[in-house]
Amino acid sequence: MRANHGMDGTPGPALALLLGGPDDPGRSQGRGAGGHGTLDLMGALFVFMLATFIGLMAIQRVSRLLHTPLMSLTNAISAIAVVGALIVAAGPDAPVYVTALGLVAIFCSTTNIVSGFLITDRMLKMFKKRPGAVK
Amino acid sequence: MSADTLVQLLYLVATGLFIMSLRWMSDPESARKGVFSGVAAMTLAVAGTLVGVLSTGGTHYLWILGAFVAGAAVGYPLAQVPLTAVPQRTALSHAFGGLAAGLVGTAKFLLYYGQGHPEALAAPIVVALVLEVLLGFLTFTGSLLAAGKLQEIAWVPQRPVTYPLQNVINLGLFALALALGVALVLNPLAGWAPAAFLLVVVLSLAFGVLLILPIGGADMPTVISILNAYAGLSAVAMGFVLNNKLLITAGALDGSSGLILSIIMCKAMNRSFSNVLFGAFGQAPAAGTVQAASAYKADTPESAAQLMAQAGLVVIVPGYGMAVAQAQHRVRELYDQLKKRGVTVKFAIHPVAGRMPGHMNVLLAEAEIPYDDLVEMDEINGDMAQADVALVIGANDVVNPAARSDKSSPIYGMPIIDADKARTVYAIKRSKNPGFAGIENGLYYLDKTFMLFGDAKAVVGDLARQLAG
Repeated sequence: MRANHGMDGTPGPALALLLGGPDDPGRSQGRGAGGHGTLDLMGALFVFMLATFIGLMAIQRVSRLLHTPLMSLTNAISAIAVVGALIVAAGPDAPVYVTALGLVAIFCSTTNIVSGFLITDRMLKMFKKRPGAVK
Repeated sequence: MSADTLVQLLYLVATGLFIMSLRWMSDPESARKGVFSGVAAMTLAVAGTLVGVLSTGGTHYLWILGAFVAGAAVGYPLAQVPLTAVPQRTALSHAFGGLAAGLVGTAKFLLYYGQGHPEALAAPIVVALVLEVLLGFLTFTGSLLAAGKLQEIAWVPQRPVTYPLQNVINLGLFALALALGVALVLNPLAGWAPAAFLLVVVLSLAFGVLLILPIGGADMPTVISILNAYAGLSAVAMGFVLNNKLLITAGALDGSSGLILSIIMCKAMNRSFSNVLFGAFGQAPAAGTVQAASAYKADTPESAAQLMAQAGLVVIVPGYGMAVAQAQHRVRELYDQLKKRGVTVKFAIHPVAGRMPGHMNVLLAEAEIPYDDLVEMDEINGDMAQADVALVIGANDVVNPAARSDKSSPIYGMPIIDADKARTVYAIKRSKNPGFAGIENGLYYLDKTFMLFGDAKAVVGDLARQLAG
């Protein structure tokens, strides 16, 4: 029964999801703690596209002097994965191995947050202008 | 206000702060504000997630606290590494980022599968899950290997590793992983699905290693940038899985940063992405090395110092050799001595000098050389003809005139710093061997070029002493 799901080609569940179908209680449980609801695929794609363009435009303006700190800063920012890791690790009724994976992911992301922001700041402190130089 | 609204509001503010954080990086003057804004954004993101978790009955708080503390305990020393080790630290943190995304993706798949609800494993979600683990685990092993190469760990091969049918094998494995992904999207709840999913994980891990093995040191800036983009994109995929717009935005910002840096690096080497990834560099035959080596003209630091003292403009071209020798503080002494004698000193920075984007700038900033004197390649090249002395410190391919003139050279077409247009060229080199890419450099045989053989730190220190004394 399970194994046959999707073989018949019915787009049922996927379509219901796209159209924001009624939330199945089992499913919202499946989302785990954090209550982020069903996937709004189109909304998410819009956000992705807009964020990419903003990112491209903002990064293009970054001085080449600062490309190394930029990379360590974006490293720290990509540790935003901590959000997903937290949701997984804190999920109730999850098997132990799922919780364990989430905890390791929290560890990894926190490492990046702490080291990424600290070393970025450490590097940026070193960039100094020539004394008395006018801009 | 419901808990969920509060969560979304916190995420919204965090998103804005992340964007401002990058915006402030445009200028060294405001850049530190960018860090504070990033920290604030991350704090709000974690706080928001905790609110959400608390309101829906989360558990394991002590364990979570432990994971945070352990992560901070490892992260703090990683931020204290010497700046010459920044490329490997960056690669290592890409590895951590990739691993986190991959693990979350794996956990989510197993969780949804265990619950057996077809809606939870709808097609778009499975697509995102497969992409998340593919990019995450590929970034994990690829970055670990890159970090090992950069750290020059003994058992990690430094030179590009190539074998027959390399690209065929790599693409074959990649195609297999994709095929498994498609099968999973079609049958996410099949009995074999967890096995197939774990096979995708294993293939991604293997693919990361295979992708980085053929890559040499000179290509590291590009590869680190590409891995940076992958780490960001895996966070985006996670955002699709969790329907979390904050993850999508922050991941996209990271991804676009990696993309732009990769493009800049590729342009600076006149190569395409696919050429970096699939065309192992450094296979160029170093023919005629022995014969040509006799044509080098060596000089002493004494006469080099004398000539530089009388110069009007000295352009210093730093490269990876300066980083390896940790010579940046000696360079600063030389800079001070020359300045004291009224000589104008500029640094010519090639985008791919060193092992990651901006590597040279950070090292020279560490030595407290004002950033006004660090000049990009395109700007300095117009002034090179006015330079009395070009001092090349541990740079090689980025000053190789063959890139302009020799169509048979593997680096033909790559933009270079025109050190050969200066009136006199001094090149500090550790040995008479060709550079990392194994390409012979015609600059060293010019009539106006003199070689200063030795460790960059010692030679530059000697120059500074000669000028002081």
